[in-house]
Amino acid sequence: MWGFTRAGKPRKNGEGQTYWTLPGSVHPPENKTQSLVNAIQAMPLVREYVVPLNQHIGAFALPCVDVGQHVLKGELIAEAAGFISAPAHAPTSGEVIAIEERQVPHASGLTTSCIIIRADGKDQWRPREPWDDLQSHRVADILARVQRSGVTGLGGASFPTAVKLSSDRDHIDTLIVNGTECEPYITADHSLMRERAAAVYAGINVVDHLYHFNRILVAIEDNKPDAIVAMRQAIPDHLKERVEVRTFPTRYPSGGEKQLIYILTGREVPSGGLPLDIGMLCHNVGTLAALSDAVFHDEPLLRRITTVTGEAVARPGNYDTLIGTPMRELCRVAGVNTDKADRVIMGGPMMGFALPHTDLPVVKATNCLLIPTGTELPLPGVAQPCIRCGLCEQACPASLLPQQLMWFAQAKELDKAEDHRLFDCIECGACAYVCPSNIPLVQYYRAAKGQIRQEQAEHKQAERARVRFEARQARLDREAAEKEAKRQERAAAAARANAAKLAAAASDSTDVSDAVERAKSKHPDKPTAATPPALTTEQLTAKLSNLTGRVAKAESKLAEARADAPEQVKALETTVNKLQEQIKKVQADLARAEEQN
Amino acid sequence: MALLTITSPHTVSNTSVQKIMLTVWAATLPGFLALVVFFGWGYLINAILAVTTALVAEAVIVRLRRRPVWTCLSDGSAMLTAWLLALALPPFAPWWVTVVGVLAAIVFAKHLYGGLGHNPFNPAMVGYALLLISFPLEMTTRWATPDALLLDGHSFYIAWTAVFGDLNPLQIDAFTMATPLDTYKYDIAALTQAEVLQQGIFAKGYRAYGWEWVSLLYLIGGVVLIFRKVITWHTPVALLLTLSVMALLFSWDGDTRVPLSLHLLGGATMLGAFFIATDPVSSATSNRGKLVYGAGIGLLIYVIRTWGNYPDAVAFAVLLMNFAAPLIDYYTRPRAYGENTNQREGL
Repeated sequence: MWGFTRAGKPRKNGEGQTYWTLPGSVHPPENKTQSLVNAIQAMPLVREYVVPLNQHIGAFALPCVDVGQHVLKGELIAEAAGFISAPAHAPTSGEVIAIEERQVPHASGLTTSCIIIRADGKDQWRPREPWDDLQSHRVADILARVQRSGVTGLGGASFPTAVKLSSDRDHIDTLIVNGTECEPYITADHSLMRERAAAVYAGINVVDHLYHFNRILVAIEDNKPDAIVAMRQAIPDHLKERVEVRTFPTRYPSGGEKQLIYILTGREVPSGGLPLDIGMLCHNVGTLAALSDAVFHDEPLLRRITTVTGEAVARPGNYDTLIGTPMRELCRVAGVNTDKADRVIMGGPMMGFALPHTDLPVVKATNCLLIPTGTELPLPGVAQPCIRCGLCEQACPASLLPQQLMWFAQAKELDKAEDHRLFDCIECGACAYVCPSNIPLVQYYRAAKGQIRQEQAEHKQAERARVRFEARQARLDREAAEKEAKRQERAAAAARANAAKLAAAASDSTDVSDAVERAKSKHPDKPTAATPPALTTEQLTAKLSNLTGRVAKAESKLAEARADAPEQVKALETTVNKLQEQIKKVQADLARAEEQN
Repeated sequence: MALLTITSPHTVSNTSVQKIMLTVWAATLPGFLALVVFFGWGYLINAILAVTTALVAEAVIVRLRRRPVWTCLSDGSAMLTAWLLALALPPFAPWWVTVVGVLAAIVFAKHLYGGLGHNPFNPAMVGYALLLISFPLEMTTRWATPDALLLDGHSFYIAWTAVFGDLNPLQIDAFTMATPLDTYKYDIAALTQAEVLQQGIFAKGYRAYGWEWVSLLYLIGGVVLIFRKVITWHTPVALLLTLSVMALLFSWDGDTRVPLSLHLLGGATMLGAFFIATDPVSSATSNRGKLVYGAGIGLLIYVIRTWGNYPDAVAFAVLLMNFAAPLIDYYTRPRAYGENTNQREGL
């Protein structure tokens, strides 16, 4: 309220419900009505599906089918690899025709391993085993079913849902159902709530069965009145006590998990923490509907609702699309006029990214394809100098100082950027949206974060190398010490043996001094016994050439190490020095030998 | 289809640097018109001269720095700097005073520091301070009485001659030695408040005839800027509040010192509070920082006006706080979402 601190005070909406206002946030034109004219339409079957193996955060799935193999709809085609991972399933029945690298929707034009399935047109399901209730199943079985279903967060980040649901269940008392959908243009969640509210509640049931929440807050922005009504009417009786459908003013980015938690409860997720640190769990409505399909109908995540919209689209709307559908097919069905478009954006105008082309598959995170005309979303003008007007700061929902962060990023003062909470930036783009100088602020933050992460990785690597080197040094020292100890032991043993011999000799001869003389003559000069016996000139020459060769080798290794492996330099230097000392010795011996000759 | 791959956000609001500069400029217009109405054509002549000089200087130096000339000229920043300086100069200041001030502002205070967005000091105030120190006579004796335009049919001729000719201001009735603040400050040492207020500059029962209108119109323009979100309320409110508190504490007796009403409405206070101190480039950035920054300026204005030798202290107060802005920024960073400030380094 004062503008220089968090709002802090609860407010009431038109219905008397409480909400907290975000400190910053913006309100770009919503543009949601275009895609809400019609009900959700099923995208017809196409000839070929491309299923990428990493549609989620975490480890790649591993293919478990062979090329040429016939698969049924819903059949597992790639297994999760590791804890944070999700499996992939055949979106329809058909033949696996290839497992190869294909370009996938990613800001950097990344390619990744994909399983390509040619549809047989029958869309034939694998045998399924639906459940009628949850009570007759063990929690572990439910979780295993969720894990096997490959459900990931459908809000955008694609975090494997099974992992989220296996978090500590003791301290979590609130479920937040995210139906906010604050990005302009996107209506996938809106249409889902409007038409399939029951499925969302079925999903809520599953999560509630696992956690037994004290309260369940369904959060919807007030620009979706029909979704609000539908979600209120569909509340099942047994949840009526605990479910509250909360509405609040339409602002961007209310749908960010942390922002939403603040709006609903006035509480903040600690920096670097998760909602569960303050006893909350947050799920997107699409995820919950998918969860219900997975648990009750044994349907793995094969499809999602994708909004296709923008002025270059003849039939904007929401399409129930199988994962792996080529985007160009979706564009064809929606009537995209490619002549009018200059961009295809996956996601919304605020956080989505422009795709290089439409020969890419729809993935679990494809909530929207936005194909605007040049006049609809004009390109930003040339960036001008920052005049520190502070509009970005007024807009930042995380109370950061975007312009300071930009200066720091520009000047590569990464420590200062971190100190100014760079990593609390959620990259919502509100700052860049309001910037009068058209500065691509978010790009600066992404670049700076990338640099910091890289530096940290390099630092870690150097640290590992240092530890490795030190361990090796310690091992060498230990070995040398052991050798020395053994040598001393041997020497001691020899001395004992000698003494025994002497004693024996002494007992043989009464003249001890004789024995001592004998022993002395056996070892003419004991102190120099360690020096190797004199070698012939030829032997010395051979040794010298051998040593020279070894020095040359060691020196070349040292040069390499100076360039690539600084941690080895010291050890190699010691080697070279030792070898050179030996050479000097041998040379001296040789000189002496030659003199004697 | 050849697609553009640019990064998010893909939509921007319709603000621009040019729009911001023009809005600020437009908000000064009512006050400016009042200046012309009350004090004559000198302000208009000054303004045109200053803006022309600024545009030429900007074009030349931008060319020398090999930047796009038209882009820089069209952002409106040079124009606004010159305009604000012209509003602060005496209406009958000789032309070369204006030109020197504008050149100092554009060339030295702005471009030698790296151009728009990089200047640590407010360019207009740098120009003003330079003039006040270098040409104290021209800067303090060329003010007009409030009737310059209203009553004198020859006022354009007078203004023109004063600016471009060698007209001695002391020969003309329409000239006055100084601004009301200055007059009051020096006269109150010898006279009572009632006697001081009988002088021409305070005539017609007003505290500072003409200046009051100008100040109030600046205030209105400033409030419009706040509502249009071009500036935030923090700097001006902190400035005005601090100045008022100081005046109430130390000037409660109008027979010894300049009273609060004259502090607020008699000089450049309103212009400074809403149009000078709010210059984003050289001021503190966070909202809390702006409160400290504005309060500092308000405090310094009172101190310099009361115990210093300069008649109007806005320029020096702003420049001094420009020095402090980075430090203020360091200590007033807002708490980020989810941040535990106890763990913050350096505090």
